[in-house]
Amino acid sequence: MSPGLLYALAGMLLFVMGLAGFALLRHLLRRLMAFNLVGSGTFLVLVGLAQRPDGEPDPVAQALVLTGIVVAIAATALALVLMRRWFDLTGRTRLDGEADE
Amino acid sequence: MKAGVVTVLALLLGGILAPVVVAVASADPGTSLHTLVQTRLEASGVEHPVTAVLLNFRAYDTLLEIGVLVVAGITGMSLSRAGARAEPELRSTNTLLHALARWFVPLMLLLAAWLLWAGSHRPGGAFQAGAVLAAAGVMMRLTGLPTAWIAPGPMLRLGLSAGFSVFLLVAAVGALTGRAFLAYPPLLSGPLILVIETLLTLSIGMILLGLYVAAAQRDGADE
Repeated sequence: MSPGLLYALAGMLLFVMGLAGFALLRHLLRRLMAFNLVGSGTFLVLVGLAQRPDGEPDPVAQALVLTGIVVAIAATALALVLMRRWFDLTGRTRLDGEADE
Repeated sequence: MKAGVVTVLALLLGGILAPVVVAVASADPGTSLHTLVQTRLEASGVEHPVTAVLLNFRAYDTLLEIGVLVVAGITGMSLSRAGARAEPELRSTNTLLHALARWFVPLMLLLAAWLLWAGSHRPGGAFQAGAVLAAAGVMMRLTGLPTAWIAPGPMLRLGLSAGFSVFLLVAAVGALTGRAFLAYPPLLSGPLILVIETLLTLSIGMILLGLYVAAAQRDGADE
């Protein structure tokens, strides 16, 4: 198994873990982290698959991932701002009607 | 109960995805984008393939990306009602930290400039440099160095939008003068990419720092 494939499979594992976490968790910060795990897993799959046997990785996939990372950072920061505001306004850390733990 | 169902579904998905990943990894793509980029690298105006893809071959992605960033930045900053006011309780009063920050901030600015320049021929570029810029700004803010330039005002607006507007302008000029949208004049592509990247660095740094400032603000603390 090539290292690139190993990275891709690890990324797939992160993706699935993040997806499960996103479905299960209710705390907004945890959900955001799970969502980021999904994103990071996807990036790892792309970067892993872009590794080529001759040593030169595919620059197109790398550029796509770099673009994705920057957007993901901005989206995460915006989500944090929104959560902060939500918490300030309602005092809650989750969206549904259940009481906080 | 719910946790069990989700776990089983996730494992099932993983079981389906793993062979797909293996199959994709072993598939022969036929025409390789990698060689395509290598053969056209001369014409891109830069020597590093990733930068060539980001700022030339797939400049569309980067243009839209900085657009998304500007929208995210503006949204985030308009949500924080207090404006970019320094929060004294977040600051550290450690003298060692202050002394170190005074050394680190110029070094980080230098590093950002180097990363920006390095992008033309080795790993580096606008995003890495912008991230370092934002980190320098966070450090200045946490140690209480003056960060008045992040306060809402014309300078902030200019800084936020400079990267996107200049990129869009270059793209539109390309379309208006008979080339394609986002096609650079062949001889000018190197200098144009450098100008765009410099402004992108500035804008990305400001947007990330602005979002950091907006997220750290406490709503109840505004006057």
